[in-house]
Order: sequence, then C-alpha cells, then structure tokens
Amino acid sequence: MTDHGTKTAPGTVLIVDDDSDYLAQMEVQFAARGYRVLTADGRAAAEEILAATRPDLAILDLMMDNADDGFMLSWSLKKRYPDVPVVLVTAVTSETGYTFEGRTGASSWIRADRILSKPVRFEQILAAVEGLAGHGG
Amino acid sequence: MAAEVQAGRYRVLVADDEEGMRLAVERALRGFTVSIPETGEELGLDVVLVDSGEAAVEEIGRRTPDIVLLDHKMGGMSGLDVLSWLEERDLDLLAVMITAYASIETAISATRKGAYDFLPKPFTPGELRVSVRQAVTHLAAVRRSRELEEEKRRVRFQFISVLAHELKAPLGAIEGYLYVLQDRNAVSDPAVYDRIVDRCLVRLVGMRKLIYDLLDLTRLESGSRRRELSDCDVREAVTASLETMGPDAASRNVTLLREEPGEPVRLQADPSELGIILNNLVSNAVKYNREGGRVTVRLEDRPDQVVIAVSDTGIGMTPEELGRLFHEFTRIRNSKTKDILGSGLGLTILQKLASLYGGKVGVESVPDEGTTFTVTLMKPPVDAP
Repeated sequence: MTDHGTKTAPGTVLIVDDDSDYLAQMEVQFAARGYRVLTADGRAAAEEILAATRPDLAILDLMMDNADDGFMLSWSLKKRYPDVPVVLVTAVTSETGYTFEGRTGASSWIRADRILSKPVRFEQILAAVEGLAGHGG
Repeated sequence: MAAEVQAGRYRVLVADDEEGMRLAVERALRGFTVSIPETGEELGLDVVLVDSGEAAVEEIGRRTPDIVLLDHKMGGMSGLDVLSWLEERDLDLLAVMITAYASIETAISATRKGAYDFLPKPFTPGELRVSVRQAVTHLAAVRRSRELEEEKRRVRFQFISVLAHELKAPLGAIEGYLYVLQDRNAVSDPAVYDRIVDRCLVRLVGMRKLIYDLLDLTRLESGSRRRELSDCDVREAVTASLETMGPDAASRNVTLLREEPGEPVRLQADPSELGIILNNLVSNAVKYNREGGRVTVRLEDRPDQVVIAVSDTGIGMTPEELGRLFHEFTRIRNSKTKDILGSGLGLTILQKLASLYGGKVGVESVPDEGTTFTVTLMKPPVDAP
C-alpha cells in the first residue's frame, strides 16, 4: 500500500457499478488513498455486503440497465445506515440531458447526498466525498 | 403531424356560394370511395359544405380538411383569396379550384397559389369524382412517402444513438484506466498495472471489431460490396474459420469439431462472404461457450441448399432472449454475458449475407445447455435485389 502521509485511515468505501472496468478503476484509486474498498457489480451483491458491513461511504451507479436498481439501493442503504454518505454517479445526464440538479436531500425521493454525472474524474468523486465528510457526514 | 387523418376517411370541404352546386357536389360524392392500391385502403369521404370563402377559412381553422374544393367566384373572399390564405399556412391538404370562368389566367394564378387541380364548370358528377379521386390518391401517396421518410429517419437516428453509445463505452473505460496510470501513486503493484494494460487492449480490440463490423454492414446494405462468386467447397471455408478461431478456442479449452460429407460441398459463393459467415458463427459459439466446452460445425449438402449448423455447449438463451436476438445492437446482457465483448452487429451481418444467398438464419437454444445457429444458403445463388 502506498504511503499517503500521516492522515488516519479514511475508512471503508462501498462501490457499486455494473461496469467492471469502472469498478476496477475506482478500486485501485480509492485503495491507493488508504481506503478499504468493497465492490459489488449489482444491487443483490451490494445488499449482501451491506447486511454484513457498515461502510463509511458509498459510491453507487444508477445501473440503468437494470431499471431503478441504483435508486432502490441508495434508498435501502439510507434506511439501514442513515449517516453513511451516498454519492450516486450516473451517465443518464450525459446520455439524455435529464438533470438531477436540486433533487437530492432529505425531502427528495432520491436518497443520495450527491449526484455526479458520468463521465466523472476520480478527483471529482474524491472532492465530493471530502466535502461530505467535511460537513460531518 | 397528420393527426387529422382519420382511419379510412378523408374530409372534403366544399366552398361554393350557389346552393344548387353545393348539393350537386355532395350528391356526387356521397358513398364515393377511393381505393389506394399501395396500402389496400378504401378511403371514404366526409363532405362538409360552406357557402363563402370566409366560412371556408373558419372551417379550415377549426379542423383541417384533406381536400378543399373552392369556387373561384364567391362574394367576399374569393377562391383565390382562400388560396392566398392557405399559402401562408403550411397545411397538410390539397385544394381544387372550381370555376365557371375557365380561363387560362385563372388556372395559372390558382396553380401558382398552390391549387393542385382545376375543375371547370359545368362538370358532370363523373368529372368531379375523377378530379377528387386524383387529389385523394395524390395526397395519400404524399402522406405515405412522408411517413416512410420519417420512419427511416427515426430508425437511422436510433441506430446512430446506439452506435455512439457503443463507441463511447470502450473510450470511457480506456480513458479511465489512463487516468489511473497517470496518477503515479495509484499503481504500485505490477500485477495491477498489467491488468490495467490488458483491459485497455481488450476494449480497444472490441472497439475496432465494432468499427469493422459496421463497415461490413454498411457495405452490405449499400450494395457497394463487390461480390466475386466462384465454385466453392464450403468445407474449405470451415477449415479456414476453424484455423482462425483456433487460438481463441484453445485459450478457453473449447474443442472445435466438424461433421461433414466426405466429398466437396459445392456452392456458387463469394469465399470472403462464406468466411464472414463462418467466423461469425464460430466466434459466437466460442465466446458464449463454457470453459472446456465444445463447438460443432456441421455441414449438410442438400439438393437445393447447403446447411451450416454451428452448435455450442454454452450458456444458451431463454425464449425471451431469443426473441430479441436479431435486433441490431441487441447483445443479451445478463450476469453470464457481462464480460463477453461483442459489437452487437454480428447477427445482423449474418442475416444480410444469408439473404444474399436467398437463405436465412435460424436459432435454437436451451439455457445453460447450448445454442445452435443454422444458416441455409440456397443454390443456385439468388442475387441481391
């Protein structure tokens, strides 16, 4: 593992995406920053992990190939662990122009703290994650 | 668009200030139908009568008719005035001018203003029907070709959208990996580094395959692909294909088998087309197989056709998946196929090629047991249209 200074371990991140390449990239980059990384390629696998582990952070793809799996997963994750920050990433906006702006938050049906639009750089995800952690998570 | 077209009925608006004329027109068109041979439709007419140009404009504004019969000379707005009013609006209708003062000047100015036809008074019911039939037939043909054009545009747009998506996916994956490599701290483990480079190459190869398939398909569809037919032994094409696919099969421990007659299987064919057909079939059978499975290429020489059947012992498909199989870019996505790369165009290409030989592609499948694709090629070959 690479040394990233004296900061304490940032914790466990759960990454869920049905694109195995994207999953591999996220895994390598989060691991390099000291995270313990759990990955799942779909909702079922993610639910299994969540039943056993409380992550400190979750990055979920909307997985639109499987209808609303991403939304359902974020819903059930927030129900189980209300304090775990959830970042949703989706290619929906770049592919359809549909925007989720202003649709997050406690009153929304979308249970995510941030929604990022794919293609998204790892730095953007990291910035979002650090921003959420900075606000007390 | 064309929402006013009622199934099987056209609306005919008649504007004439003489009541006798209006009633005569109505009587002549009552029960009259126009048959459209291209669509097999029998169009009935709903006749609406108005007694002035102003009333015609009002009626058209309320509901666009299909055909307008306009008297030239009416008090107030004349037939030509109504034509001018129509000219400013792009309405989906045809206008026919009726006039007692049949002069060439009126005819010309009416035609300039967009009238489709010109009917001189007095006319017989028969002449009126001929004129109305022509207008209805013409309008129906225009609408039909517009619909076909729109359908073509829609299909094309959909094809390009899906294609763009399929090309974007590998680019996105490769870009993502490059960013990982750019972050020099991210990859310290050589095994991880190797895996990243391997994945980039796999996605690149897949993307190139898509582009080649797309070129094949475009050439086939445009008919610009030059065919060179010769007397072929299909067994030789099988040999070549099995040699090409050998390494892929070996890497997955898949055994390639062949069953064929002892003598040549003759067919007038383009060897490169046979190559594409067999490579498509065998490569699918290897890709969608299980580790250690079998692929069997069976050739059958029938009096009127050659049958190529390629069976695998792979993941198979459900009836529902089979139903979607032959659509462009339909790659059956499930947990068993998610790591298998394909352009989604292979079967479309296969079908196009088979049709060049008057043949077709069939498929039978049992989930988790395997799939058999059967291509029949007719002899002698039927040329492409």
